[in-house]
Amino acid sequence: MSEHVTSITTYLVIFFALLVLTGVTVGVAYVDLGPLNDVVAMAIAVFKASLVVLFFMHVKNSRRMTKITVVSSLFWLLILFGLTLSDYWTRGFLG
Amino acid sequence: MSESVDTFGRRLHYLNADFGVKSWLLTRDHKRIALLYLISITIFFALGGLMAVGIRLELATPQGDLVQPDTYNRLFTMHGVLMIFFFLIPSIPAVLGNFLIPLMIGAKDLAFPKLNLASWYIYNIAGFFTLWAVAQGGVDTGWTFYTPYSTTYSNSYVIATALGVFISGFSSILTAVNFIVTIHRMRAPGLTWFRLPLFIWAHYATSLVIILGTPVIAVTILMVAAERLLHIGIFDPALGGDPVLFQHLFWFYSHPAVYIMILPSMGVVSELIAAFTRKRIFGYKFIAGASVAIAVLGFLVWGHHMFLSSQSVYAGMVFSVLSMLVAVPSAIKVFNWIATMYKGSVSWDTPMLYAMGFIGLFTIGGLTGVMLATLGIDIHVHDTYFVVAHFHYVMVGGAIMGYLGGLHFWWPKMTGRLYPVFWSKFAAIIIFVGFNLTFFPQFLLGYLGMPRRYHVYPADFQVLNVMSSAGATVLGVGYLIPLVYFVWSMRYGKRADRNPWGAIGLEWNTGSPPPQHNFHEIPTVDWDAYGYLPDTPAGTGESWGIAVPTQRQDRTQDDG
Repeated sequence: MSEHVTSITTYLVIFFALLVLTGVTVGVAYVDLGPLNDVVAMAIAVFKASLVVLFFMHVKNSRRMTKITVVSSLFWLLILFGLTLSDYWTRGFLG
Repeated sequence: MSESVDTFGRRLHYLNADFGVKSWLLTRDHKRIALLYLISITIFFALGGLMAVGIRLELATPQGDLVQPDTYNRLFTMHGVLMIFFFLIPSIPAVLGNFLIPLMIGAKDLAFPKLNLASWYIYNIAGFFTLWAVAQGGVDTGWTFYTPYSTTYSNSYVIATALGVFISGFSSILTAVNFIVTIHRMRAPGLTWFRLPLFIWAHYATSLVIILGTPVIAVTILMVAAERLLHIGIFDPALGGDPVLFQHLFWFYSHPAVYIMILPSMGVVSELIAAFTRKRIFGYKFIAGASVAIAVLGFLVWGHHMFLSSQSVYAGMVFSVLSMLVAVPSAIKVFNWIATMYKGSVSWDTPMLYAMGFIGLFTIGGLTGVMLATLGIDIHVHDTYFVVAHFHYVMVGGAIMGYLGGLHFWWPKMTGRLYPVFWSKFAAIIIFVGFNLTFFPQFLLGYLGMPRRYHVYPADFQVLNVMSSAGATVLGVGYLIPLVYFVWSMRYGKRADRNPWGAIGLEWNTGSPPPQHNFHEIPTVDWDAYGYLPDTPAGTGESWGIAVPTQRQDRTQDDG
């Protein structure tokens, strides 16, 4: 099976992108965006995590089985968050 | 198939191919690692059992007259921690799964033999870590480590014990990764997914649960440690946290962990029922699919542990319905096993006695689980002995019965020796009687309102408690008898041939004990699992030593 070889340039670009995004996260923390504070911070974090998974962990050029594994683990995370939130979001319904 | 022999003409196998402590401690042979695990988990089972002795002795009288309340808290906590994390979770996968998966799929070993050995070392390091915590004074939070008690108030060794559990998780994960890769990549030619023994399907499903669930408990334990040491507010309301969040995260792993314990046991029972009824298993694909369904649904039900935790009543309803759904694949398995037995040529050998024990006890455990999933009933019996009885019927009556059944079925394969038939049947019956005497009264106690985790109780409850303590003694004797005759058999037992039960499966087509690399030639499989002929008699315990040939076995021998 031929392995896809990622070039050093790609690694460096991703690395600097992660550094820049870390800087953005810190910078945004000094700006009060109201309810968007958490949303922006989480969005940047998710984007960074995606870069790590796709490039540093080689998922982008992996076989379909590996991709299915990654997607299903994300689905499991969704179950964890979703059913937990089904508790928190409905606690006030009884008034 | 040609057998290797040593210079004295003795048959070479994995037990005599190498000698010395180093050949065991540095082995990469899955069969030897399985035996190493067998020794380790037996030690932890004995230690967990000793804690149970302490609990049952204390509860023989209504007064708290044997141990201090604080000591009692530590006894039941350590009983739970040792039995769940260091015995039940690794028991069948690490011993029987490790030994049998490569043999059943016609492989020479697991995919990652060094990781397999590493998992045993990690397990032992975790075990010693936890035992160190016990020696220092133990932990008193209950095996559930509920916050904020565990993070703020308990002055016992919470972090040390929890880190022991954390480390043992890595051992589980390594085993599970090994199984999944092995089952995907190393099946013998022709061994398609739907030709696999159901034992393999069960272990595949279990491995999925381990990989998806264990990281969550690991992260949760780290958060407990972070809150306790660094006072970061995650679970403690005083620090801005939420204690119920801990319960969500804890049970996201710990409820599926029940399926980590029971699914492999179900895999064993499928093998036993087919072998001792001489029939193709009824509804093969449904039983295989039910294993995966239980693994998936098992992740959607954790909130039923939290009906009285201030969890939203709407979430409670959702979890209640989802919990009842798990009963469907579980019932599919039980009905299919019974349908397999119908008009089968049933023989009551020792492993079959355990399989029958499993079906009866698991059914009681499962049905009381449905009761507990019902919101109204759970509010009445929550945190009472009813719950204790329920999960012991599943974990001890289910998981341990399956483990012992499997051990008795494959012991001749693992050691090349037979054990005494009479004593093994005697022990199986003693265990069944002792188990019911111990735990059935606890259903009644719980229904009458006796709470769990208390070391004093009203005098009215004494008769049932004495019955339970007496049963525990019988159960303890029942567990000791196999320990004695298994050890005895390794030296004095009659030698087993390759297939003492006349069973079908690749593991029975190689020597007992198997050669170092399992098969002299990798087999090619062109048949479905469990191809028993209706009129083929079972290899019974009485006729041990005489292999009963089946058409399948004849053919594979001809092939060799």
